Amino acid sequence: MQVVLDNLDVYLEGMRTTVALTLLSFAAALVIGTMIASFRVSPIPPLRGAGAVYVELIRNTPLAVLITLFFFGLPKAGIQFDSFFVSAVIVLSAYTSTFVAETVRSGINTVAVGQAEAARSLGLTFPQVLFVVVLPQAMRAVAAPLGSVFIALIKNSAIASIIGVIDLTFVADQVANDNPTNAIAAFLGSAVGYLLLALPSGWAVARLERRTAIKR
Amino acid sequence: MRRRRTWTIVALAVLFVLLAAGCGDDKKDSTTATTTPGTATTVAPAFAPGSTMANIQARGKMIVGVKYDQPGFGQKNPTTNEVEGFDVETAKLIAVGIFGGTPESVTSKIEFKEAISKNRERFISEDGPDKVDMVVATYTINDARKQVVDFAGPYFVAKQDIMVKASDNAIKSVTDLNGKKVCTAKGSTSEPNVKAKAPQAEIVLFDTYSQCAEALADGRFDAETTDDSILAGLVQQSSGKFKLVGAPFSDEPYGIGMKKGDDAFRTFINDQLEKIEASGEWAKAFAATLGTLGLPTPTPPKINRYGSTPAAPTTTAAATTSTSTG
Repeated sequence: MQVVLDNLDVYLEGMRTTVALTLLSFAAALVIGTMIASFRVSPIPPLRGAGAVYVELIRNTPLAVLITLFFFGLPKAGIQFDSFFVSAVIVLSAYTSTFVAETVRSGINTVAVGQAEAARSLGLTFPQVLFVVVLPQAMRAVAAPLGSVFIALIKNSAIASIIGVIDLTFVADQVANDNPTNAIAAFLGSAVGYLLLALPSGWAVARLERRTAIKR
Repeated sequence: MRRRRTWTIVALAVLFVLLAAGCGDDKKDSTTATTTPGTATTVAPAFAPGSTMANIQARGKMIVGVKYDQPGFGQKNPTTNEVEGFDVETAKLIAVGIFGGTPESVTSKIEFKEAISKNRERFISEDGPDKVDMVVATYTINDARKQVVDFAGPYFVAKQDIMVKASDNAIKSVTDLNGKKVCTAKGSTSEPNVKAKAPQAEIVLFDTYSQCAEALADGRFDAETTDDSILAGLVQQSSGKFKLVGAPFSDEPYGIGMKKGDDAFRTFINDQLEKIEASGEWAKAFAATLGTLGLPTPTPPKINRYGSTPAAPTTTAAATTSTSTG
């Protein structure tokens, strides 16, 4: 592991990029995902359809294909983002948002119908029913699965290395190349890095789950 | 239920017989091919038992890592599904030395695997499904790599150059890359070379040179840098989109990468390279591949038979091979 210690500064720099990729993408994915979930349960058929198409199209495409299409394909259609980092965040948040949407939708389904019916009978509009009454309860139910989505995202962010974003995986790749005799140690170094990010996330999620649990 | 199981067994048995027949055919092929009259110009030589050459002969297959995306060196032809290029031809000429026959007749006895710049060392030195006998993949000989693998050759000397969009007249030499966005492949010698000559350049690394070219066409980069021979192929393919700057700034001797410490195999490959260089087959292969990209056939570089270098990093200074600078 000497090779990792010798390159600790580049590993830490890579880890910083991985954290930034993950946090930014997750924040965006939460917003987009919740919006898509509300589309999918809305009473307006075109919105429901649009939500379903978005989820099925993106969720069922491999992440590596998505990022390649986005990065190398879209410029041919005139759409291009100059920053590679921003490109990676867009792809990661779009991909993750589909999982967030499905998770939140399943959470909405756990809320008793009576809640929505009661809200409606009070005269609340659909957005009010959803955002004031149903979603707050739904979110409490899905804290744990959303945590899993977050941890998956930490590791998925490694895909950014194929478009030259210098994250943890990219760094390991580089260190392995510079030290071909210690290639395995170099990759183990990145594995430890991901572990250091994922494990505390898991603990935080468990804590959050306990605190938000619905006492019945 | 019982009936269904019987059928499964029958089906498996049939499959097994078919597979066995398939294998048998293969073997027959490989033994008859060397003695096919007419096409065969040489017969398979005998090697010391236990040597890598003898093992390859006994296996009936030589496994070679080549590039799949480098015009002129190793490129997979999507219509025929064959890999083509100078690296591929060189591998065939070496295979002739093991199996006998002609470059055409040994093609079926070579299994090509895709090697990309960053995985070549692992292809050679690690056991696994991707293990190869040799890597002929625009592989620059240098000291760092010699600690993990050994090199036969060089069989070609490239020079690192710059490729820009055809409309770009601002970049004329490597120093012009300072402050510019430049792409090259991960794990190649091109990155340290350009870093040494243009420290202010912003260098971005992709997995392959073709990805770099794609992004260069989209205007994401100002230039792509690597060996001129590789860039020449990309320029040729771009139908006028790119041009070569023509300001070479380093020597890149290409060697054939192989397992470290297998000196008998290395001597054999070096002998075979000298043989094909003397016989004119080397020049013929060059003209048929890189020649079609507009590169003139050079004189073959002198083979470097360096003494075995121990794996310890402290002794690499003793290595005699010319290495890329930077």
